[in-house]
Amino acid sequence: MTEQIVIVTLLTFLVISVVGIIVLRNLLAAVILLGLYSLVAAGAFVVMDAVDVAFTEAAVGAGISTILLLGALSYTTHVQKPQKHNNYAALLFVTVTGALLIYGSLDLPGYGSATSPVQAHPEVGRRFIDESILETGVPNIVTSVLASYRGYDTLGETAVVFTAGIAVLSLLGRRRRLTRDEHSNSTDEEDLV
Amino acid sequence: MFTAATLAILATMLLTIVRALLGPSIYDRILAVNSFGTKTVLLIAVFGFLTGRPDFLDIALVYALVNFVGTIAVLKFFEYDDLGSGAYQDDDF
Repeated sequence: MTEQIVIVTLLTFLVISVVGIIVLRNLLAAVILLGLYSLVAAGAFVVMDAVDVAFTEAAVGAGISTILLLGALSYTTHVQKPQKHNNYAALLFVTVTGALLIYGSLDLPGYGSATSPVQAHPEVGRRFIDESILETGVPNIVTSVLASYRGYDTLGETAVVFTAGIAVLSLLGRRRRLTRDEHSNSTDEEDLV
Repeated sequence: MFTAATLAILATMLLTIVRALLGPSIYDRILAVNSFGTKTVLLIAVFGFLTGRPDFLDIALVYALVNFVGTIAVLKFFEYDDLGSGAYQDDDF
């Protein structure tokens, strides 16, 4: 009972902080509230036993992205400009998409349900526990699923992260190389003189 | 016992959220979010004992660290209007 009260209260806090982020015109305050949002979300994930997700949310949401957004703010002003036109089409689109997502979640098994297909399947879990060490040779069952049974999926994810890393490096590294080239050009001229 | 503590922590969280939303100055908001992070740490710890599995205390410690780093970043940005080290170099040279 207390668990449900805690979860519902935390979700209410999420809604309150999101409304605050939308309403506030002070961008620094909005970034601070975004950090608060991530803390609430991470707390809700811990309460729902998803500790690994909560860990990521706290480190990335409350830590890294707050700092990145502050870095972006240092290139702009602190106050959002008032909007001249109303984006009713965007509001409609977002509402319809949200309603579709809620509709899609209606026939999912209940939270923590013991009769969900994943838990109720007679063979799958037993097979991983009994035979994964024989079939893959990996002592950790979770690792055997990630790296062997689901190996192509993990390879795809790694490729996506790798591509994103290369894109960021090529964007950031190019600028630094340009400035270094300018420096080297000037020193070359000095050498010639 | 733990139930009462959990509910009290939730009430305190609500108060800090209200301060973060209303807070006239930026310091009110920073202080509100910082104390909200502390309340999250407390909630995770108390909730662990409430459900009889205090295994997540380590996570609570990491939250305290992340909260500290975030607060330092916001304060540094507010003081120097920049996250780079430009402000320090003026003093050194």
